[in-house]
Order: sequence, then structure tokens, then C-alpha cells
Amino acid sequence: MKGVVKIGCVWLLLAAGAFAQVTSTRLINSGKEPQNWLTYSGDYAGHRFSALDQINRGNVKTLEAKWVYQTGATGKFETTPLVVDGILYGTAPDNRVFALDARTGRPIWLYQRQLPADIRPCCGRINRGVAILGDKVFFGTLDAHVMALDARTGSVIWDITAVDYKLGYSFTLAPLAVKNLVILGVSGGEYGIRGFIDAYEADTGQRKWRFYTIPGPGEPGHETWEGESWKIGGAPAWITGTYDPVSNQLFWPTGNPSPSNRGAGRAGDNLYSNTLLALDADSGKLNWHFQFTKHDEHDWDATQVPVMIDDGDKKLIAQANRDGFFYVIDRSNHKLLRANAYARITWSDSKDAEGRPVGNKNGEPTPEGHTVCPGALGATNWMSPTFDSQTGLFYVTAREECDVFSTAPQPYEAGHAYYGSAYFPSDETEPYWGAVRAIDPANGHMKWQFQDTSPSWSGVLSTAGGLVFTGDSEGNFIALDATSGKSLWHFQTGAAVYAGPMAFAIDGKEYVAIAAGSSLYAFGLP
Amino acid sequence: MLLLNIAFAQDHNPYAGDPKIAKLGEFQFRLNCAFCHGLGARGGGRGPDLTRAHKRHGDSDADLFNTINNGVPGTAMPANGTTGQGVGMTNEEIWQVITYLRSVQVKAPVKPLGDAAHGKQLFYGDANCSGCHMVQGKGGRLGPNLTSVGGIRTVEYIVDSVRNPNRRLAQGLLEATKEFPQEYETVTVVTAEGKEIKGVALNEDSFSVQMMDASEQIYLFEKDKLRSFTKSRTSMMPAYGTSLLSDKDLQDIVAYLVSVGTK
Repeated sequence: MKGVVKIGCVWLLLAAGAFAQVTSTRLINSGKEPQNWLTYSGDYAGHRFSALDQINRGNVKTLEAKWVYQTGATGKFETTPLVVDGILYGTAPDNRVFALDARTGRPIWLYQRQLPADIRPCCGRINRGVAILGDKVFFGTLDAHVMALDARTGSVIWDITAVDYKLGYSFTLAPLAVKNLVILGVSGGEYGIRGFIDAYEADTGQRKWRFYTIPGPGEPGHETWEGESWKIGGAPAWITGTYDPVSNQLFWPTGNPSPSNRGAGRAGDNLYSNTLLALDADSGKLNWHFQFTKHDEHDWDATQVPVMIDDGDKKLIAQANRDGFFYVIDRSNHKLLRANAYARITWSDSKDAEGRPVGNKNGEPTPEGHTVCPGALGATNWMSPTFDSQTGLFYVTAREECDVFSTAPQPYEAGHAYYGSAYFPSDETEPYWGAVRAIDPANGHMKWQFQDTSPSWSGVLSTAGGLVFTGDSEGNFIALDATSGKSLWHFQTGAAVYAGPMAFAIDGKEYVAIAAGSSLYAFGLP
Repeated sequence: MLLLNIAFAQDHNPYAGDPKIAKLGEFQFRLNCAFCHGLGARGGGRGPDLTRAHKRHGDSDADLFNTINNGVPGTAMPANGTTGQGVGMTNEEIWQVITYLRSVQVKAPVKPLGDAAHGKQLFYGDANCSGCHMVQGKGGRLGPNLTSVGGIRTVEYIVDSVRNPNRRLAQGLLEATKEFPQEYETVTVVTAEGKEIKGVALNEDSFSVQMMDASEQIYLFEKDKLRSFTKSRTSMMPAYGTSLLSDKDLQDIVAYLVSVGTK
């Protein structure tokens, strides 16, 4: 009898459709199964690196499309799919969730949440992906629900309301599964929300903790807000953070204070907007924090993946920030080691005692408006960077653009967009352009760049094959040499790329996938 | 939402002439409209100058309300609150913006600047504008189509574009149908065979370029197959100094463009 069961198991595994539970141990040790892509950034450290090397410098020029999955959705397609043992899980606009046979692109199930007509997505009806734990996939919705679906069928297991979407809250990020918890940060920095990060029990959907990114009365940091402005001060947390299992800490970045481009009425540093938060994963308690841009008036969310880098004894955390600086922080003593500009900046020409860039007078928005670099969309944005421990380089999509920032008083109205400003392209500067840049975290210096025709919204992936994959706004999906930045291969997808690439393998064959337009593309060798 | 707005819309601005309301309208304008129409409503990267007394899609309060609330089909003007760029406006706020626009618009229709009939002769004749520019379906293709430019750009802008074409290259977005963020940049390539071709970029990415030369021939190149590829922000359009085109003749051409563009 035992023998029969055993044979059955072996057969199932060979069929590449076997369903094995995704345990929290597997998530911690994701590096041991490079054929799978188990979390948004591919690992807890935020490296977006694939140890697969079948596709490499020598053969990448022969890469070809293996399948294309059409979602039927319009709008920006921002998902990073997960792949677990041959099944690919992704999301598409309007809160579609899909599971595909990762070898053929054939759908296994599709779930679509029916959304209310009056949701408040600031920037498109987008979603960036799911988390997986046990036999469930988790995602956040544009009407501020958190949902668990059965990984095998797409059936709803639980559905909870995190907050009232009518006040401007939504979820757009891919959650992060840690231990038995599903962790998400909220979006809504354009609506005068009070941001938070939530943790839910994966089995039941019960909320374990909530960390408000704006301290309430009596809490440290509350004094950094003028009057009642803390209640509507923004500080959303709309990109997936990273996790250090050794210290059991989450590293979660936050976004802009509200209103995004007007500081009048919210005098002070506005903690914890534009901040890296180090939270205890079990309790959500704040261990320490580092604020990047204090009292921001340019919508420079710090919502870029904070990348954990271990360099010998040094335990670092690196972030290429929307404000144009590449920050490296020592996560053992929480001190800033360096902040180097990696794109054109005009807003700062000095540093404070901690080494943090300090704004100058040229940076402040005025009623008449004047030009500041980087622009409102930043020197980078939410698109994922990658760290390749083989080259020791950090790769990021940089945007070279400047904007005219003007400011206007705007009364807060619940659920109504709340910017306090307008920005628009500057005609004093060169046309916008962009680049993938390779930065050495040891000194903050740029090693090479690959120039894009216009600013890109694509994330980057590095692989053990000596490659960096990126996309551009002209629709190309591109493979670069990780050491030189030379372009080795490209494919025209037909639409601008607004997503991060990832890699996986089935039956010993490596694939690289990217979302573009309304389609998900998977590429492999002939 | 749309139905409600129509139901509550009025034909006449309840706040007409109120300077306090105009100030509120200026703030709303910055939040919702300035991205395209520029601060001060004098036109921007993609939207017309709104300080002109004559509005292309109707001058009355009701016309303006309708244009702002419902957008203009076939143009880049979206319906209120649909772009993600602005914050969206209530009916009251739309009237505030209209009050503001009335406060900054010129008091009388633009006086005839010059002799439009003579301007047309020059456009298609001695000044040879039509060699590169099309107006109402007639003319060349190398430069921007100028059919609507007289209605959506200030006179100063048009004059500057003729006298100093390199100062600010025309953007494809000026034309509602041309949706690339491409400007009229000058491209010079040398092919593998050594042939030099100069023209205007129609579109471009990291690996290819689509361009048109002065004889309106379209060329499609893969960049890595070219011997050289250079882009320049010196326009293919010659700078028309006063020796080439007198102030009076330029005024006549502008008058012609305004007469067509504001029809």
C-alpha cells in the first residue's frame, strides 16, 4: 500500500503539475529552487536575481517567444508573476488573477473581482501581483479588500475589507507572505489618506497587526505634523517590502506626504512619509526608521524596493530613490553610509550631519511654478531594481526628466484627489530620456548605462547567465550584458513595458517572462 | 455621474465677474488644466492658449462648461476627471474655472493682424511654407500640419517658431492624431553603402528609426546596420529672418493661419 502511494507521488511530480504546499521555509530558502519564483522580488532580499544560467551571454541572441497569454485587459499591465512547480500566477488590470500552465501559457483558472464604479485608483486600474503561501494565493484589490484564493481553483477562500475605499484607499502592490502572515501596504497618497501596513493571518484573513505610517497623538513622530494634518497626511506604502529572516524584520518603504506638492499646512518632517521602516514581522512594532526626503513637496515617494545586500561582514540596505539619490544604509546600526546622485538633480546641493541630502531653495515649488529635476515621476519610480551578487552591481531604471512644479491651496475633501499642485513638463530642459544604470553599492559610482530613447517604466532582472533584462516605453524587451551594458538581444512586444521581468524553469528549460500591453510573454531558447 | 452633471449644469455662469471666485478658479485650473494648457492658460505642451476670446469649441458659458465637463471628441481634451492627471471638478468648480478664464482672456476678438488673403498667397507661394507644411489637406508633409495652429497657439508662439525654429522643436502632440512623444528632430544617417540621408524623425526606439527626408520619402532603418546615426535639435526648418520674410509678410501669414485655425 505504501509503495503504491509512493509511486503515485513520483508520477505526480514528474507530470510537473503536482501541487506542493508553499511553506514559509520554502520562501526563506527560495534560492534553493531557482526554477520557481516565489515572491514579488524573487527572494526576500529584494534582489530580483535568477540563479538560472541556461540562457546566457553566449546564446541569448537566439531567444524566442514561447507563448503569449492575452489577458483581455486594457491599461497598464504591471504584474510580476509567480511560478510554483510549473504553474504561473499573475494579476492583470481590473483585479484579474490568473493561473497558467507555465510551459504553454494555457489558463488553468481566472478570477476577476467585480469592482464598484467609484473606486479611486490614482494611476490606473493596476495591480502588481500575488503572494503565495500554503495552498492559497493572496492579493489586494482596488476597493481595498484583501483576498485569498485557492491556488488550485481560484475559488475565494476569504475576503476581508481592510478599509473604506471611498476615502481614497486601495491596494495595488503584491503582498508579501512571511511565516503565517500576509503583509500589504496601502495605496492612496493622492487622496489624503492615513497610510498603513497590515498583516493578516494566512489561514483565516484575521488581521494580526496594523502599523500606521503616520504616528497618532502621543506616539513618537506625531510632533512632525502641523495641527490635524496627520489625519490626512498620506504616507502610503504601496510597494512590496523585503524581509530579513535572521532579525525577523520587514523593511518596508513609504510614500509621499499629502497633499503631495504643497507643504503649507503640514509643517515638519512629516514622519514616516518617504521613510524606510524596519518593523518586527510578528508584531508590526517599529524597530527603527530612516527618512529619505523630509517634508517632501515633489511627490517623491520612497516606494522603491529596499534591497538587502550582504557584503562580507557588512549588512547593508540599498535603495535607488525617486528623489535621485542612491542610498546605502548599514542595517546593523541603521546609519546612512552614503547617498550619491544617480540621475540629474537640482533640488539639493548639501547634506545634513547624517549625510542625507538637504533641499535647496531651487527645489521648492512656487505659485508661479519653476523647474526642478528630477520631475514629479522621479529619477526612478516603483519599477524594481536588481542586485547581482556575481557582478556585485545594483541595476536600476533611471529617468532623466525635469518638471515645472507649481502649488495651489486645495481644501481637503474626503475621497477626493488631493495634490495641492500641478506639475507639467518643462520646456527649459532637454527632451526626457532614460537609462538602465549599473551602480556599485560599495561607492555609489555608475559603472555603465544603457540609454533608452524615452524614460522607461520597466523593472530589471539579473541572471546567473550574465544578463540583465529590461523593457522600454517603445515596447522592446531587451537583454543586456551585465558587465558591459551592451545590448545582446531584443524583442518588440508591441506596447510600453510597465512591469518587472522574472525567470523560471520547467522540465529543465529556462524561461524569461515580461508583461507588456495586455499580454504576458514567455521567452526561451529554441 | 455624467447625467447628474448635465442635470445641474446651467447655461450661465453664476459667478461671472467675481474676482474672488476667479482666484479659486485659478487654483482649480492649476490642479486640473495647467498640465496641458500651461500656467496662466496661455497654452502648453499639448493644449491651446485659452486667453483668446474666441474658443474653438464655442465661446458661450454653456459651451465652455460642456467642453470642460465632457471633453472634445477627436482631440486630446478629456472629459472632467477622467485623465488621472487632474483631480476632477464639481460643477461649482468648473464654473470657478470658467470665471478664471474670463478674467484672463483678451477683451475683444483678436484684431486682424494682417492681410490673411495675402498671407495665404505667401504661404503657398513666395514664402514656400507649403513646401513642408500642410493646411487643410494641401501642402507638404515634412513639418507639422498647421491647420489648427492658429487656433491653439499664441501669435507670439507662431512668430517665434518662424523666426527661431530651433528654440523649441514642434511636438507631435500638437496634432491630436499623432500620439508619439516625438518631436520634429533632425536625423542624419549614413547607410552601410555610404549614402547620407537627412530628414525628420517620425518615430524612434533604441534599435530602429523611421524618418522622412525633404522629398517626403519614408526610410526605415535598423540602427545597428547604419554606418552612423546622429540626431540634432537644429530644425530642418530654416530660420526666417527679416531679410527672408518681412515683419509685415509674417503678420499676413499669421493672419492666414489664425483665420483658418479659428474657423
